[in-house]
Amino acid sequence: MSFLQYLISGISLGSVYALIALGYTMVYGIAKMLNFAHGDVIMVGAFTTYTVCSTMGLPPLLGVLAAVVLCTLLGMLIEKVAYKPLRKASSPLAVLITAIGVSYLLQNVALLIFGGNAKSFTSVLSVGSLKLFDGQLLITGETIVTILVCLVIIVVLMLFINKTKAGQAMLAVSEDKGAAQLMGINVNATIALTFAIGSALAAVAGVLLCSAYPTLTPYTGSMPGIKAFVAAVFGGIGSIPGAFIGGILLGIIEIFGKAYISSQMADTIVFAVLIIVLLFKPTGLLGKNIQEKV
Amino acid sequence: MKKKTMSKNFRSKLITFGIVIAAYLIMQILIGTGNVSSLLKGLLVPLCIYAILAVSLNLTVGILGELSLGHAGFMCVGAFTSAFFSCCVKESGMPPALRFFLAILIGALSAGVFGILIGIPVLRLKGDYLAIVTLAFGEIIKNLVNILYVGRDENGFHVSFTNSLSLNLSDQGQVIINGAQGITGTPSDSNFTVGVLLLLVTLFIVLNLIHSRDGRAIMSIRDNTIAAESVGINVTKYKILAFAVSAALAGVAGVLYAHNLSVLSATSKNFGYNMSIMILVFVVLGGIGSTRGALVASVLLTLLPELLRGLNDYRMLIYAVVLILMMLFNWAPRCIEWREKIMHRIKGRGKETKEADV
Repeated sequence: MSFLQYLISGISLGSVYALIALGYTMVYGIAKMLNFAHGDVIMVGAFTTYTVCSTMGLPPLLGVLAAVVLCTLLGMLIEKVAYKPLRKASSPLAVLITAIGVSYLLQNVALLIFGGNAKSFTSVLSVGSLKLFDGQLLITGETIVTILVCLVIIVVLMLFINKTKAGQAMLAVSEDKGAAQLMGINVNATIALTFAIGSALAAVAGVLLCSAYPTLTPYTGSMPGIKAFVAAVFGGIGSIPGAFIGGILLGIIEIFGKAYISSQMADTIVFAVLIIVLLFKPTGLLGKNIQEKV
Repeated sequence: MKKKTMSKNFRSKLITFGIVIAAYLIMQILIGTGNVSSLLKGLLVPLCIYAILAVSLNLTVGILGELSLGHAGFMCVGAFTSAFFSCCVKESGMPPALRFFLAILIGALSAGVFGILIGIPVLRLKGDYLAIVTLAFGEIIKNLVNILYVGRDENGFHVSFTNSLSLNLSDQGQVIINGAQGITGTPSDSNFTVGVLLLLVTLFIVLNLIHSRDGRAIMSIRDNTIAAESVGINVTKYKILAFAVSAALAGVAGVLYAHNLSVLSATSKNFGYNMSIMILVFVVLGGIGSTRGALVASVLLTLLPELLRGLNDYRMLIYAVVLILMMLFNWAPRCIEWREKIMHRIKGRGKETKEADV
């Protein structure tokens, strides 16, 4: 029975990773850059909800909404100020290092505003837990909501990308920026939209993550951010179903690693997964093969 | 013509060494006359450590052109192997100078070996992927050290990955590496003079490598891998060479670090990826690819926030802003255009005045 319990908490954690990984994978697919600051957008989302709900005492739904709006704007601002000027830079390292700078900036601004002490995040979800098999299997409300929210978001996102004009524009830009522009697609707006969606998902992920693991510090986002990137690579970067599968699998691997191997080794196992995937199947589970052109 | 360029290189090297030696002498005079606060005195060895790290990371980022975010991991390897060695031979009556010399060699060698081992698989990747995998390796090294227990008794060494009790030591045995608590009682052999000497050795190695045939091969890989390969440069070999030298030098910095503190433990503060990123900030601010720049930037960025008291809270914030602005200023195509325009105008004006003088 404990196996099932671990499996469910793994899927729940994996759902959060999947939401974050979606942001990575969409941005990577379109802007061809690793948005290192993505993890810290999660932290900003969680802190916004914390401020609105715990400090100002407003209802949770408003907190989540505020987080989503703020993170969307933040994501677009970061793209506009820090990444867009470097899009045509001669070295691919330039934008990566800038992203690291943005990540640091967000962490340290949060550190100045909220201080380094961990805040306890009160869960925004008031859903009762589910007891199965005479109470042997306990599924918390957070777990259920996390998994459901993740599933809904994935389905909506897939529909958005495959059925709407804006979604098709995103696909076109990720295939070939130049050709998309010639077909009358506004490339800048499409990239901005991608960052907006990715950051909004990060805000939701932040709220869900902190509802399940209720400690909040300025560094809360960085480790889940990196792990979600591992998930995105695992599933095949640029692929949305890949990010989902990669996230869920990574969550399960992490929880199982914690439970059955060693709690201190969980991070090591996650990173080992990344290394193994990149060395043996760099395109990930569902990634496309990209041939290098001379 | 050839002679002229060589002498230019030589002069540039002399200037770099001169800066370090002059800074050392000035510091020594200030210490001698009692003008140095204890706070600053405590910073002298860390300054050397950061400078060595920045110069060595510049070899990977600036000369090889690959972003490594696991530099602190190699520092960790150097620190722990050398501290382990020093603790083992502490009571054997070996003269401290020889012991420290051997510790440096061991630290550099083991970090270099790790550099090769990690470099072989990792250097097949490029750009973002390489950055994230080096980060992963750095974190793995840090996490593994945190669960490593090594003890010694009359039967030899015992190694465990669970806790110090499972080492099964006899009564005389002692735990040397105690998991998350790390190594306690490392002899404090590091001092400013040794630090500066090691920094000079690092500079000597890096500068000579850059200006050698091997160095030019490494730079050609950075500029165009396919072109380099097509003229017969063994890309893998030179990539690993640069990576391993860089790792070994980071190991030397680790040795200095370990022998500067009495307690050595691997936390995310000293050997985590935050440290790696901080070193990257030094390299970027100094100008990617410039050894002298990395050197000066590491010293300035370490000293400035400590000297301007009260600014310490904002240190990392300032680093972050500096990092973003530097990248935008140096790499954004529009900024480059704008800079060229300004430079052109200044140069044009210079010419005009010259002509007027004539």
